[in-house]
Formats: sequence, C-alpha cells, structure tokens
Amino acid sequence: MRKPTSRLTLLKKVPTGINGFDEITGGGLPAGRPTLVCGSAGCGKSLFGLEFLIRGATEYGDPGVLMTFEESADDIRKNVASLGFDIEALIAKKKLVIDFVRVERGEIEEHGEYDLEGLFIRLAHSIAAIGAKRVVLDTIETLFAGLSNEAILRSELRRLFGWLKERGMTTVITGERAGDQLTRQGLEEFISDCVIFLDHRVVGHVSTRRLRVVKYRGSTHGTNEYPFLIDENGISILPITSSDLEYEVSTERVSTGVPGLDEMLGGLGYYRGSTVLLSGTAGTGKTSVAAHLAQATCARGERCLFFSFEESASQILRNMRTVGVDLQPFVRQEVLLIHSARPTVYGLEMHLVQIHKMIAQFQPAVVIVDPVSNLKTAGTIEESSALFIRLIDFLRKKGILGFLVSLTSGANALEATDEGISSMVDTWLLLRDLESNGERNKVLHVLKSRGMNHSNQVREFHITSKGVKLVDAYLGPAGVLTGSARLAQEAHEAADAERSKQEMERREMALSHRRNAMEAQIKALRAAFDADAEEFRKTADYERIRLGKIEIDREAMARSRRVTERSKKNNHK
Amino acid sequence: MKAMAPKKSRNETDHPDAPRPEAEWKLRLYVAGQTPKSLTAFANLRRICEEHLAGRYQIEVIDLMKHPELAQTDQIIALPTLVRKLPEPMKRIVGDLSNSERVVLGMNLEKLSGSPS
Repeated sequence: MRKPTSRLTLLKKVPTGINGFDEITGGGLPAGRPTLVCGSAGCGKSLFGLEFLIRGATEYGDPGVLMTFEESADDIRKNVASLGFDIEALIAKKKLVIDFVRVERGEIEEHGEYDLEGLFIRLAHSIAAIGAKRVVLDTIETLFAGLSNEAILRSELRRLFGWLKERGMTTVITGERAGDQLTRQGLEEFISDCVIFLDHRVVGHVSTRRLRVVKYRGSTHGTNEYPFLIDENGISILPITSSDLEYEVSTERVSTGVPGLDEMLGGLGYYRGSTVLLSGTAGTGKTSVAAHLAQATCARGERCLFFSFEESASQILRNMRTVGVDLQPFVRQEVLLIHSARPTVYGLEMHLVQIHKMIAQFQPAVVIVDPVSNLKTAGTIEESSALFIRLIDFLRKKGILGFLVSLTSGANALEATDEGISSMVDTWLLLRDLESNGERNKVLHVLKSRGMNHSNQVREFHITSKGVKLVDAYLGPAGVLTGSARLAQEAHEAADAERSKQEMERREMALSHRRNAMEAQIKALRAAFDADAEEFRKTADYERIRLGKIEIDREAMARSRRVTERSKKNNHK
Repeated sequence: MKAMAPKKSRNETDHPDAPRPEAEWKLRLYVAGQTPKSLTAFANLRRICEEHLAGRYQIEVIDLMKHPELAQTDQIIALPTLVRKLPEPMKRIVGDLSNSERVVLGMNLEKLSGSPS
C-alpha cells in the first residue's frame, strides 16, 4: 500500500458541516482518521455518515465515498431526497460515489484462505475516481453476517482501517449497538481516535435523540449528551455546554404594547433582549398580553416569532382580532411568524432545536412562547427546566426579547412556576384572578423587573374590544377592591360623600336659619328695647317736664310763700 | 473483460474452440494479482475441474488489479472468489479452494463424478 504522504497532526480536524456537531467537538472529526459512529437501529448513524459526505462535498469541496452494506444506492437516493439532498447532482459532478456492497447470508461459501482485498480494490477504485477525502462505511459489520471466518474478518478490518488512515481518509464507520457493547463486533477496539454514540430514547411516549462523544483522542470535547434532531435539513445538534453567562445587555427599552403596563415598568417597557415571564391561571388573558407585544413589535417594523403550543395560528389571529389586536397584516408582511405545534408532537429537545432553527432562519427581535408550561408534557420537569434555561440563554445571547407565557394551574401556588425559571427571567409579570362577591376579576402585578423602577401596585386588568386595559385598582382603607366590588365601593363612597355634603348643607342652612332667627330676635329685642327706650325717653321727658313744673310750681309757691312770710314778718314787726 | 491466461491454460480456454458450442460449466475466478493465494486457488480449481468436469468447463480468470471496476459491478468482497455462472443458479465460493472435498460439495459436483468424463 501507499505510504502516508504527509504527517497529520493529531489535532487537525475536518468540519462535518453537521449543524452543531463541529461546535461540540471543536472543529469536527479527526482529519485523516477513522471515527466510529455507533448506536442502535434507527438512531441516525447512517444519516450522520451521509450528511458528513454531502456537507463535505457541498460546503467544503471534499469529494466522498459512501460504501454501504445495508441499503442500495437507490434506497439511499430516495431516503435522502426527502431530506432535501440532491445526491444525483453530486454523483454527476464526481463529488460522491456510492458503492453498495451486497452481503447476504448463506450466499457465499468459504473454502480455504481468503482476504478482503476485493473490498480494498473497490474502495481504492472509488477513491481514485473522484479524489475522495472522506469515506463512510455503513455498516461494515454486515460482513460478519455474510462471511463466517471471524478471525479473517477482524484482521482484515484492522488492516482496512489502517489502510484508510495511511491514505489520509477521514472516515466514518458506523456500527450497531448490541447489549453492553458499543458495536456488535467490538469495532471500537480497532478505532481508537474518535467514538461517537447516538441514542434514541423514548421517555413517556416521547422520543429524544441524543449524541455523545465517547472518546476523542487528542482533543477536548464535551462529555454531555447532546440532544439532536433529524428533520428536512438533516441533523441538528444542540450544544448545551456552550451556554455561559457572557452576553451583551442592552439598555434600550421596548414597549410592551399595553400602555398601562409600560407605566408600571418605569414608563418605558421591557429591556431589549431581556426575558419576560408572564404567569397566570387559565383565562386571565396571557395570550392577549403576548399579542399586544407582538403587535407593538411588528408595528415598529421588527420581527416577531410566536410559538404557540396551544392554539393554531388562525385561532390566535381570530381570537386576538376580537380583543382589538389585528395581527393578520403583520403575518402577511412576514414580520410576524406564528408557529403552532402540539407539545407532544416530539420531545423537548426537538422543540428546542426547532425553536433554535426557526430563530436562526427568521431572525426575530422578539420571541414569544405560549405557553412554556405546556412543553413540560413533552418531557420531565427536570428536562423542561433545563430546556428553558438553555432557551433563555440562547435568546439572551442573540439579544432577543423572550416573552414566556406560563400557565399556572389553579391548585399551585401562583408565584411558583414549576418550570423553575422565575429566577432566570428579568421581568416577571403575574396575572391572577381575585374572587370576591361572586365574580372573578383579573389583576396584574409586576413581581419583579430587574434594573428598572417598577410599580409595586396591583392593576386591574380588562380585556376590551379595543385591547387590554389596565385600570388603577381601588386602593383604600377597605383594601384592594376590583370589579363590581370596586364599583360598589366607589358608588358607596360617592354616596357617602353626597350624604355628608347634604348634611353639611343642611347644617349650614340650619345655622343660617338660626342666624336669621337670632337676628330676628335681636331685631325684635332691639325693637322692644327701642320701644322701651322710647317710652323711657317719653316718660323721662314727661318726668322732666313734670319735675320742671314742680320746680316752677315750687318756686312760685316759694315766691308766694316768701311774699306771705315777708308779709307775715312785716306783720310781726 | 479479458481472461487472464495462466501458464497452462490448454484445458480451459481452449474448450470454447472445441466442437461443443458452449461449455456446460462456466466458472469465473476473481483474483488480485499473482499472489500465492490466487495461484493456489487457480491450481486447486483446475485440479478439481479436471477431476470432475474434464472437457465440459471453461474458466475465466479476472485480475481485479487490472480491472478494479469489476469488483463493484460483480459485487466482489473477498478474494479469491469463484463464481459459477453456469449452470444456474449462480454460486459463489470464496477462498483458495484448498479443501477440494467441500468445493466439490459446494459446486454440486459430486453427482457428476460418476458420469463419463
């Protein structure tokens, strides 16, 4: 065989082009070395190999050879056509060779010594034909079913992997899991550079695919299980461990779309790129608040991505129109995208990957998830809270305002979200019912809002045909009252006020009456007094006259008397 | 495809030129160069054929080193591989045919051993 032409450093890596895989491995698969991709049936290992080749050919210009032992070239062509890969074109452009190695049990008889040189020749021929750099062997263990001499097979496989390494082929070898072993024939003992394990688990009727890098010689790698998704774009792997707390924050504020709510949040609304949690019991108008945000966002000309896990897009549009929020034009202008899916349609991871992918495609400024609480039916509580943390991290990193709606069931404590995400969010709004006097009224609180001066008050929450309205709730000595109790209290107070006003008026009138009476009395007294005074004056005058007269009389008398006296005296003398 | 002519090919490739229009037994041996294994296989095959099918067989030897594309089209994995093209059904035997007893059984030659050669 040919001697290696160049010495490859251990850390040189070949990007797979598989969404997310190159991130978790720090660059891809070890260059020029074989990698074992193993897992049980249906775990996606063949697709992994195939995508490695297709992406290599289309994105990195590396021609590749697929040697398939299980599916015919025709089957593969059909299978990947549904994934949106055009294999025919790649084959025509000499970027890809598919060689189907048919091995059937019992068809071949073995007599004496043999080797697998035929396989080597085929592979060498294919590699030479297109100048391949990548090779996939899927699933080579099938040989063990067709040929019975294990000793020969094992030594030949060892030779094959060595041969591929010598030629500097970056190779993916798939193997099927059996029992405790990674592969049925223990291929892992031949391939020591890189081993990737794919898993397809079903928990609670929901399946989740996971990928784990079991070993990667000469390279650091995440040891976690990474959830992945297979959809029309192939494999998408979601790295969890790349989530850290380093991200830019914005001081820019965006409107909530509800005027009263902006006021409650320091008059300016949410921070751009922050995370808002709105929790509340059923029927409190959570979706309406979300719709207002969508409307405000789209009206600014920014994009909004609305994930609905309860209602269909048309249902949301119809319902929101009845409360005066018409989102239809925004959908038409493609600034609003409503994505509806049943939570149980696939596993949590799949949802998250889906969300990631749609965000990457749509590039929204605001992402609404309504409700996040529904998603936990697609997995365990533990998983869902891990998922939300990752989702929040992801949104923050991208500077996207995340608006998460959480339905709190009536039995639960309102301020306890089972998703356990309340500590993660920046702003937490709580919508609740207050039940009193035979009615339920909605009130809105701002439980927390980091980095802003937010209202500590409770607002009454009204859904009108012109949208959501926040009304100052009655705050008085009788407590916080809402709804008709508030109205009753207000009427009561008004009546009270009226009553006291009337009372005052009455009193005032009485007083003025009394004043009048008093004044009349004073008048009367004065009149009487005047009369008395007059009389007195008259009497006095009379007296004076009389007294004067008496004086006069007396003087006259005296005069007369003096006269007599004198005469008397005269008489005496 | 081109038949490789081994040193003593009188019995094999000469037969189509014989009066019989078509050989009853058409055998094809795939090898990769003149390796000890392929030479052993060829020698064994010829010996067995002479013993059981003298005059009624044709052996075509294909060297995949010269025609690597045939490995894919003819679904060859292991070498050497012997393919019985005729009589139908097609049969494959891999190995250097060192155990002639079993080759005879595998090729259903034992019925013929009593027949005139």
